[in-house]
Amino acid sequence: MSRSALLVLADGRFPAGGHAHSGGAEAAVRAGRITGAASLEDFARGRLHTAGLVSASLAAAAALGVDPSALDAAADARTPSPALRAVARRLGRQLMRAARATWPSPELDAVAAEFPKGMHQPVVLGLLARAAGLGAVDAAYCAAYESVGGPATATVRLLSLDPFDATAVLARLAPELDRVADRAVEAARRVLDDGVEALPAASAPLLEIDAEAHAAWPARLFAS
Amino acid sequence: MNDVSATAGIVACDDGRGGTALPVLESDGPLALRRTRASGSEAHVMLVGAMSGPHGGDRLAVRAEVRRGARLRVGSAAATIALPGQIKGEARYDVRLDVADGGELHWLPEQLISAGGSELYVTTRVDLAGTARLVLREEQVLGRVGEQPGRLTSRLTVRIDGRVLLDQELACGPDAPGGWDGPAVLAGHRAVGQLVIVRPEFAVEPVAARMMGEQAVLVPLAGPGALVTAVAADALRLRQVLDGVLAELD
Repeated sequence: MSRSALLVLADGRFPAGGHAHSGGAEAAVRAGRITGAASLEDFARGRLHTAGLVSASLAAAAALGVDPSALDAAADARTPSPALRAVARRLGRQLMRAARATWPSPELDAVAAEFPKGMHQPVVLGLLARAAGLGAVDAAYCAAYESVGGPATATVRLLSLDPFDATAVLARLAPELDRVADRAVEAARRVLDDGVEALPAASAPLLEIDAEAHAAWPARLFAS
Repeated sequence: MNDVSATAGIVACDDGRGGTALPVLESDGPLALRRTRASGSEAHVMLVGAMSGPHGGDRLAVRAEVRRGARLRVGSAAATIALPGQIKGEARYDVRLDVADGGELHWLPEQLISAGGSELYVTTRVDLAGTARLVLREEQVLGRVGEQPGRLTSRLTVRIDGRVLLDQELACGPDAPGGWDGPAVLAGHRAVGQLVIVRPEFAVEPVAARMMGEQAVLVPLAGPGALVTAVAADALRLRQVLDGVLAELD
């Protein structure tokens, strides 16, 4: 594996459109559930162990070469909110464009041709990791980190939170990120034998409920 | 008291005279099944807990099979309360539901209450044939009044013709992965529930996503199903929301 490739992929400036999304933080801020660094940490921790774990497992499984269409269907079953399914596919399409430009590969071209409407973003992330010569662990780390990095960055803008405080939240979550990435890779390996039902299905009721409420707002700072 | 292991079973089939027969209605240990008055072609069964539980270490299971063209409604007489056992250990409660083509199942048990100190892993797995119909309600209450909840993990999987429509797991209570009671997951709400409705016609005409108050949402799933996800301060308010949606969709 190339550590440099991992840095390129995990960089928040990687041009895949993620900056337009708050990962549910905007709705939680509006509802008064995120008010500062402590509640951001609690939000990010909950998201990490639910949506983050599922995304990391999907990404790791895709990186191991599991059939992307089976993973995409598994992602649908784990994403009841149609707003979140649409966001995941939009981000998947954007990431696919960036992926084909940055690490061209016949496998990415084939998947892009087969699924013109796009696939859930973590599945594309796993395929991209493969194309970049990275492994399942790297894909899991990228997905898990994204699941908390997005809300942290968004909250800096939404609440004018001190960026030092937001970054300290991410630093405090680092040991848990490690555990989630480990669990994700373990689950992804089980998928090779037992199929996609071995993927975690951890859910967060408020993320699902708020995503639909947020999608109906007439004006918002973030797309999700 | 020793750990309990029990499996109760129901089989419902078309009786050929416009009604539903129950060739199998097997109670086991604490899981007692009673047939109650039918309504029209639909057979009604009540799950009567012969004792409170499950306790730590117990292994309970309920299986229901609805055969082609049969209609079954299952309720329970009281809430199920997960309690700590004499010995430390997780209890399991596994529900397996199968509905054949043209069959219909209404699975509407009372709440599952996670009492302080209990540890329970619940799985509900539903396998539907392509033209089967389902209404399934699942409600969890975290702790009795004024009590911290126990450890509860609940996984709900619904498949149609072998394809997974919905797969959701919620873990809460002591030692659950962090943030379960935080702003992304439950934010202090002590009742959480889901209502799953599967109808073949939803494949053509799915429900429109909409909020049902501030803490509940009705959404179309990626297939012929709809889901209500709701959180509430308590069991009563949760039930009001779910009942409201059910009445509207009926």
